[in-house]
Amino acid sequence: MTARAVWEEEPTAIGRLSKPVVLTLIALAVAFPLYVVVVTSLSSTEAVTRAGGLVVVPRELTVAAYVQLLSGGVVTRALFISVMITAVGTAFSLGITVLAAYGLSRPGSVFHRPLLFVVLLTFLFGPGIIPSYLLVNSLGLIDHYASLILPTAISAFNLIVMRSFFMGIPGELIDSARIDGAGEFAILRRIVLPLSKAVVAVVGLFYAVGYWNAFFNALLYINDNNKWPLQMVLRTYIVQQQPLPTGAGGIATGTGLGLQPAPGLAIKMAIVVIAIVPVLLVYPFIQRHFTKGVIIGAVKG
Amino acid sequence: MRSEKPTGMRFRHRLRRDWPLLVMVLPVIVLLGVFHYFPTLGNVIAFQDYSPYAGIRGSEFIGFANFSRMFSEPAFWRAVANTLSITAVQLVFFFPIPIGLALLLNSVLSAKLRNVIQGVVYLPHFFSWVLVVSLFQQMIGGAGLLAQTVRDHGHSAVDLMTKPDTFILLVTAQSVWKDAGWGMIVFLAALSTINPALYEAAAADGANRWRRLWHITLPGLRPVIVLLLILRLGDALTVGFEQFILQRSAVGGGAAEVLDTYVYYQGLLVGDFGYGAAAGLFKGVIGLVLVLVANRFAHLVGEQGVYSRS
Repeated sequence: MTARAVWEEEPTAIGRLSKPVVLTLIALAVAFPLYVVVVTSLSSTEAVTRAGGLVVVPRELTVAAYVQLLSGGVVTRALFISVMITAVGTAFSLGITVLAAYGLSRPGSVFHRPLLFVVLLTFLFGPGIIPSYLLVNSLGLIDHYASLILPTAISAFNLIVMRSFFMGIPGELIDSARIDGAGEFAILRRIVLPLSKAVVAVVGLFYAVGYWNAFFNALLYINDNNKWPLQMVLRTYIVQQQPLPTGAGGIATGTGLGLQPAPGLAIKMAIVVIAIVPVLLVYPFIQRHFTKGVIIGAVKG
Repeated sequence: MRSEKPTGMRFRHRLRRDWPLLVMVLPVIVLLGVFHYFPTLGNVIAFQDYSPYAGIRGSEFIGFANFSRMFSEPAFWRAVANTLSITAVQLVFFFPIPIGLALLLNSVLSAKLRNVIQGVVYLPHFFSWVLVVSLFQQMIGGAGLLAQTVRDHGHSAVDLMTKPDTFILLVTAQSVWKDAGWGMIVFLAALSTINPALYEAAAADGANRWRRLWHITLPGLRPVIVLLLILRLGDALTVGFEQFILQRSAVGGGAAEVLDTYVYYQGLLVGDFGYGAAAGLFKGVIGLVLVLVANRFAHLVGEQGVYSRS
């Protein structure tokens, strides 16, 4: 619908004026904090001092904060850990989700109903924080990176979304492949997956964003702060406002790198930006694949 | 896909045919078994005087002692009260916003503009809670932009991030900022299923835009609204763990303690595992009952509910 229908009345003056205002305000509520954080992260000491804190009007921009953060130390290490956990975790979660979604996509196969029930039942209750902690502890996974992946590797929701999509693939395609002698793994790889690129991409991106944003597992299971992912660093130095560690093992000093050191606030805001950027990078892909059909249709089905 | 009737086909034959499918499902079943179902059994420590050294097998069973202690603990009831108040405030101030947003966006005629707005309002859903709290702190915290501006104009600033009195509104605002746009999706989908001919017919009968909203749009949204309302009520004891654990130390346990953070503090930080597990089990069981009751209620009022009674 790009034009008003003929039977519809003229928009009122109030409606015509207020709608753009409200929409602009909504967009600003999301965009403005991000803008301020980015500008401040790029500001020099002088600019921050003059603004008395966060910088709204950009002036004398510098990337010193990013250079300092990314030339070794706490944030570089946490960034590397987060990237690795996200990459390995997403590959693992997506792999077993695809397999299980296909394995459960055929009503009438042996044990189909009880296995599906085992997956669906996880929606109704969780094991609880304390028993989960005790289990991870008894498996010896405290301070082990596997504790950031294994306990939350499966999202039943993602699994069901993918299964619904697989079930929509015409059975004739699969039957004809079987008549040609293809096994289940070959059918999955050669027929089902090539037809399901969109749903695999969306579910993969959901898993990736989940791993990147995960904070709870690290809070529970990672005591050694040398193994912290980025979200824990963000919590410690931004939310809890603990002083930023500098020097050896901490955040590189500007003078050591031969540049004007960035102000503490710019460094903090740069950490925030580093945590946002990967989400912003994958977001257009999520949006492109996020047609109503992929998720909503699948959930209803 | 294929739906041949299993009846009449021998089990052994089906097993021989379907074993590759079982192999595919196996990793997920094992993971759920180890990290979901098995630790659920670990909730027995709620009935124990659990000691990490003795373990589950060596610890002494003490019946419902953890629970009776919990029920006489004012801090526990405060966590329950905080949780329920936050749910109530969110029902009033959060719940209608996605509906309003969807109606507003649906009335925007330009598809391009609609896409842009959608892209902007969905975005914060993909931010972590750590990030959302950080951004709020920078905007309205004691050293944030608002306080900075107020101070520049010679007034004394308040730190909205540490005030217990307004904490409930703060967390609701954060939830709205993060998830109201995302919540809109399901209403947009429902709006798109309303037959446009209904509007035209109503307009021909002389119904103005408000009457059309009342008699066509809202009834069209009713099933979704009822379903989400019931889901939220069934989830009344869950308000989100990360958002509260992040802000509990700044605001204090008086206002920011919810059931999940209570479990975490009592169990893991105080180290009283059995007691913490009791609080967690209480939340889990009541939560499960609420979901089942809410769903039964959905069937009673003629809606689909979360799962169907097939």
